[in-house]
Amino acid sequence: MHINKNDFPILQQQMHQHDMVYLDNAATSQKPQVVIDAITKYYQLSNANVHRGIYELSQHATEAYEQARDKVTAFLHAQQREEVLFTRGTTESLNWIACTYGIANVHDGDEIVLSYMEHHANIVPWQQLAKKVNAKLKYIALNEDGTLNMADAQKQITSRTKIVAVAHASNVLGVVNPIKKLADLAHQQGAVIVVDGAQSTPHMPVDVQQIQADFFAFSGHKMLGPMGIGVLYGKRQLLEAMPPAQFGGEMIERVGLLDATFQPLPWKFEAGTPNVAGAIGLGVAIDYLNQIGMDNVQQHEKDLVNYILPKLSEIDGVRVYGPQAANHSGVIAFNVDQLHPHDLATALDQQGVAIRAGHHCAQPLMHYLNASATARASFYIYNTMADADKLVDSIMATKEYFNHGIRSFG
Amino acid sequence: MGLDHLDDLYRQVIMTHAAHPHHYGECEDPSVRMTRYNPSCGDVIYLSLVLSTDHKIKAIAFKGEGCAISKASASMMTDLVMNQPIVKARQLIQSFSKMLMGEKSEVGDLKDAQLLAGVQQFPARIKCAKLPWQALEDALAEQGGS
Repeated sequence: MHINKNDFPILQQQMHQHDMVYLDNAATSQKPQVVIDAITKYYQLSNANVHRGIYELSQHATEAYEQARDKVTAFLHAQQREEVLFTRGTTESLNWIACTYGIANVHDGDEIVLSYMEHHANIVPWQQLAKKVNAKLKYIALNEDGTLNMADAQKQITSRTKIVAVAHASNVLGVVNPIKKLADLAHQQGAVIVVDGAQSTPHMPVDVQQIQADFFAFSGHKMLGPMGIGVLYGKRQLLEAMPPAQFGGEMIERVGLLDATFQPLPWKFEAGTPNVAGAIGLGVAIDYLNQIGMDNVQQHEKDLVNYILPKLSEIDGVRVYGPQAANHSGVIAFNVDQLHPHDLATALDQQGVAIRAGHHCAQPLMHYLNASATARASFYIYNTMADADKLVDSIMATKEYFNHGIRSFG
Repeated sequence: MGLDHLDDLYRQVIMTHAAHPHHYGECEDPSVRMTRYNPSCGDVIYLSLVLSTDHKIKAIAFKGEGCAISKASASMMTDLVMNQPIVKARQLIQSFSKMLMGEKSEVGDLKDAQLLAGVQQFPARIKCAKLPWQALEDALAEQGGS
């Protein structure tokens, strides 16, 4: 796979007099020039409100916005464009399901099943729902290597379960979950499965029909697109039956003094002026990824992980969380003995290497792992073996720095 | 090698406090307990204080999870306010806070803690240095003492 790093102007910068090595892709990805240009061009040439104007400019904007929806539909292998709703991002998508489908379908004594590896965005909306309707929250346990314990999943998902909500890929452990199997377990019990695709959609081919997802959420900004645009996919019959999460312009059909009727799918859910430039930018990001091919994207990250994970693990005092290299995605959480991840991250930053340190918005998982925080390096298409080497070298230099410091005052 | 600049942050005195923090643990029969989190990173500090009837801090201790900066900051802070009148402790909190903002303050009073002024150059880490002091301020406010 050939990626031209020059496509990404931000990566040409220096940080603290070093070439920047950006390894916080699980938080957000950088944007290629074509995406930046598409947003600029939209505001220069096509900006108008969508689905309203009779004039040509509005027509252009509407066409571009709806074209972006078609690109997402194809990218997810959804059956119909009506199943693809634009949101602000994964968080909003998940909140919409909890506060509409959730309120309508989860009742006193019912169960919502999550896993211990969820991001706060796939925990807190369900906690709030459970409190409101007096439902019970359950968590699927993890195996020793951080993978989902499928025997426990089978135990936790029961006839009282109404919603199973799990991450497609973990933002900490580098684990990819067997969604199809979980979907089968959920469906056998009459529950729906909600998939948090924030960490999978940017990194691997996704086929929502093949994995049998009832709902699937992801964010544009983690896959080369702009911030503030995301997607909620839902099976058509579920979306048809769901009330909208928000009300306002754009989504209505007819408004009287006491009541209103709504537009058909997908517009029924998209209240107010949508993020048109964001959707167009996401569409161009998808074009860019398609040109590379999602299989190649996945293979590139596999190659990087196979290369770097053993090297990282070999460093004295380094503990890597999650499975062995062969089954590990491009997100690598680790700790260095005697070195708090904050101190490590500050020292790596001084060497131009940007990593994340903290709880990664997954406090229940940190608790489960018995770690208060970890360092995390996450890779994407523009990262190279040289970046991976730089990570290892800068960790070694940091260890040396702190060991030396502590020795000198005994 | 690029790490020289780190010396501004990780001074040896700071590293000594971090490796061997003073007043680490918990007070017996504390007058007030305070827990403070750094939500951006998950760090936590548990502070306990024994206040005397003449409005002094008779004992102070901390424990929790944190980086070298937050541990050192807590260790230095407990040294400073131990056996001090609450009024004085409040002044020290003010001075420390001003120092981190780069404002003028009587840093001389802050003793070892003035070495944390270097954290100004690392804006992402200011919160780490501040957490223990925030916990102390909140503990004293909760106690309502003057």
